[in-house]
Amino acid sequence: MEINLKDLLKKYKSHPYEDHEIRTPHTGVVHINVEDGQEVSGPTGRWKHRPGTLLYVLEREGNPKRITSRYTGFVAKLRKDLDGSFVQAGEPVMLIRHRLNKEEIIDRILREVLYIFPAPQRARYFFTPEVSAAMEKDKKKALNLKEGDEILIMSLMKRDTLLSYEGPAGVLYKVYFNHGDLKEQGAPLLGICSPERLPFVEKMIQRIRTEWDD
Amino acid sequence: MEQNRLLDSGKYMTELAQRINYLADIKGGLEWGSLRELSERVQNLRSKLFDLKEDELFVELDQIERRLDYLEDRVAQDLSSIEIVNIVRSPQRFTLQDILENCYDSYTELGGEGECNIDPAVVVARATITRRVKNRLYYHQVMVIGHEKGYGEEFRNGGCAKPWGNEKALRYMKVAEIEGIPIHSYIFTPGAYPIEDYPGAAQQIARNLFRMSRLKVPIVAFISEGGSGGAEAIGLADIRLMASRGYYSVISPEGAAAIEGRIKEGGKVPRELVEHCAAQLKMTAEDNLKLKTIDRIIEEPPLGARRGDYQFFRRLRYEMVRATDEVVLQTKSFRTFRSYALKRQSQEKTEGFSDEFDIHIKWSLTDSEKKRLLELRSKKYRSMGKGYKELRQSLGSRLSEAVETVKQNYYDIRYGLLRQRSRQVQKLIEEVSSEGSVFLKTVTEPVRVAYDFVFPKPKSENGLSQQDILRRSIFMQDWEQYISPLANEDKTVSCPNAEKYGCKDLWVPDLYGEFCGVCPTCGHHFPLEYQWYLQNLFDPGSVREFNKHIVSANPLKFQGFDEKLKKAIERTGRRSGIITFDASVFDIKIVVAMLYSDFRSGTVGSAEGEKFIRACDRARATRRPFLAYIHTTGGIRIHEGTLGVIQMPRCTLVVREYIDSGGLYIVVYDNNSYAGPVASFLGCSPYQVGIRSSRIGFAGPRVIRETTGADVPPDYHSAKNALKRGHIQGIWDRREFRKNLFEALMTMGGPHLYYK
Repeated sequence: MEINLKDLLKKYKSHPYEDHEIRTPHTGVVHINVEDGQEVSGPTGRWKHRPGTLLYVLEREGNPKRITSRYTGFVAKLRKDLDGSFVQAGEPVMLIRHRLNKEEIIDRILREVLYIFPAPQRARYFFTPEVSAAMEKDKKKALNLKEGDEILIMSLMKRDTLLSYEGPAGVLYKVYFNHGDLKEQGAPLLGICSPERLPFVEKMIQRIRTEWDD
Repeated sequence: MEQNRLLDSGKYMTELAQRINYLADIKGGLEWGSLRELSERVQNLRSKLFDLKEDELFVELDQIERRLDYLEDRVAQDLSSIEIVNIVRSPQRFTLQDILENCYDSYTELGGEGECNIDPAVVVARATITRRVKNRLYYHQVMVIGHEKGYGEEFRNGGCAKPWGNEKALRYMKVAEIEGIPIHSYIFTPGAYPIEDYPGAAQQIARNLFRMSRLKVPIVAFISEGGSGGAEAIGLADIRLMASRGYYSVISPEGAAAIEGRIKEGGKVPRELVEHCAAQLKMTAEDNLKLKTIDRIIEEPPLGARRGDYQFFRRLRYEMVRATDEVVLQTKSFRTFRSYALKRQSQEKTEGFSDEFDIHIKWSLTDSEKKRLLELRSKKYRSMGKGYKELRQSLGSRLSEAVETVKQNYYDIRYGLLRQRSRQVQKLIEEVSSEGSVFLKTVTEPVRVAYDFVFPKPKSENGLSQQDILRRSIFMQDWEQYISPLANEDKTVSCPNAEKYGCKDLWVPDLYGEFCGVCPTCGHHFPLEYQWYLQNLFDPGSVREFNKHIVSANPLKFQGFDEKLKKAIERTGRRSGIITFDASVFDIKIVVAMLYSDFRSGTVGSAEGEKFIRACDRARATRRPFLAYIHTTGGIRIHEGTLGVIQMPRCTLVVREYIDSGGLYIVVYDNNSYAGPVASFLGCSPYQVGIRSSRIGFAGPRVIRETTGADVPPDYHSAKNALKRGHIQGIWDRREFRKNLFEALMTMGGPHLYYK
């Protein structure tokens, strides 16, 4: 599928947000605790153990459940009319609009444009010595990949398995792990870009980096 | 003199500046008196050193010195508790290394040196100390163990021992025991470093206390900065000396102020409140001597000893030798010699001290002396920390007490005298019969089978065999069981793990009734009141409480505590944070001590300690297993100061005696168990178990954050993590508590359940 990069950029420019709809998890009486446009924060702390801003309290059978924000952003489309009334499960109460920063936009665009090679298992990942040496030798030179190339070593509990690349041929554009990182199954490892699309992608990222205001 | 001064004008100024800084340390800043002005004048003189004439310079310096002398006298006349704390915390105060250099003739640091050390906050050294008797020198070998907070402060954590530091101390205590040399321990710690990594702050302190209680060598401790549990880790000594300007406390004044003032984390604690708490905690040497938590005070200069106070080090050396002599002499069987030597020493004390001793006393002990040493240690700690009240007992209680005494004598004869003989005979029979049984089996087996057929083994009253009982859970009991009053509310609650495991909301009557407060989806245990356990854990009607007449008091006259105590009594209808009782579990008779949350968060003070000790002694006398069920404990009660702290070594010592006599001691933690009790008489148990969803640790997350500066994960203290770290030996489900306890009693106790 051909992706129109200009349109993609335009899309993010016109709406640089990620919207999260907040729906009631079950029935109950809603007591709203925020105002429209109010800034809210998601969970904080090293282990995300401090809950985010209290959005509303949903009370059912004498059990007031505190619903806190999981995202950082601001409140939009708040259904103030629901305050104090009984609602059904799945009722939208508000949107948390998270403004995307430069890196988040680049990341999202890349995930749409690039072919992502995911981690097949929860393991530690390394580049093969040949690939590693080639990348070290000339850091600027793009690494071309084609199906069947042995590129990664998957290591877990002293079992090292060679991984061959599977996917469309292209240039290795982004690496999503550090040497020896433990990655969960399905986490992105590599982002591969087709050679013909590469100049556009680079140009666009350059434009975002220079023009975009955080 | 003038000539010397002239040569050393720079040194003179530095000295003055140091004295000003020291006063500023004590008074909490330069704002007091004219300290700022004096400090500026010294700075000024420094900068104009070469512009001034010599005479002018010294006139000015003499003036400053006179004023400083006056200020120092003023400060020394009326030192408040917080000022004594400041003296102890001053960087100019002497540390362990100064003592090693000045009181001992030679020393070799063991287990690493300086920075290259498993824990630089704990220093262990083999040292030699000399005694002069009539111009002849005698050398004594000792093991010096203590905290070091100076000489490389950045890696010593201010003298806060990490768990492995305390483990190192324990290791060398054992070495001292093997070699038969006394231990001199020097306590310079604001508290133990609160981390749970193996061997665990609390558990290691408990292990140290457990071992020290029966260490067969004299131990003399010197306290300069005695910060609660950290101090106790090396402080269970036969004689406890304390520096006159030291402090020994259950908690830092700042910590106490944060609790008393209910200050939120990160909030500023008002200085007045800190000063107030410091005074209330009764932490000075005089206070501790009055409370009998120490034996003697060693006089320091009026404003505390500093690194260069050699006279003080001479005095300290003399006192350490004298104290060790005293411990050794008390164990001697020659009464005349003992009384003569001790008398000589008291004369030395009244006539002032000199380096010379009248007699030479060897510090090695014979086996019988070691036995006496342990007896004396036990007696000493049993008589300490009695800050509780005893109510007048009713006639009925006194009668039952008399019955108990008779019972105790009966148990002594039955299990002490007769049992020992019968066991010897039994052993002999077993040995003989095992040889012959091989041949006899072929003959006896058909007879035995026929006998079992005709006379089957009786089942228990309710028709269940022991195996049936084991398989039975409390759900299978009659419906006449106790239901928590929490179940009387018509509402639902959410499980805290709902987001993670998708637990459904729980209807409260179901949750606290049928489900026993356990989430059926994820197994999370909601807290239940202690009455639930009293009713569901033990055989119906078997719980018989004792020592109810020992009640909590306010021995330090801590302001505002009387009201808090009164409120707790009104709310709970009880008068201490512990309930001790006899009970039975599937007909196994046990003695139980239960710390519970409703009364001052299950904190341990003198009454709790005393009741625990009496329960433990009762278990020993009746040869019954002893269960410590910890519904909740928040640590040592800060309002009882060091009288609370002393319960740590006290109770551990009694537990040790119980275990040594062959008793089975099991600890079960529920809800929250933290600090002192876990770091002593609970943590020392060989069998510790946590109830699911309970939290076990040394210091709570807030204290960890405030002292170490590092955040801890939310599940840092969870029972699961405690199990992973090896602090506990298992996790039990509340619903299976009764069954598991029975199993534990049967397996850990085995055939020697009541006596070994």
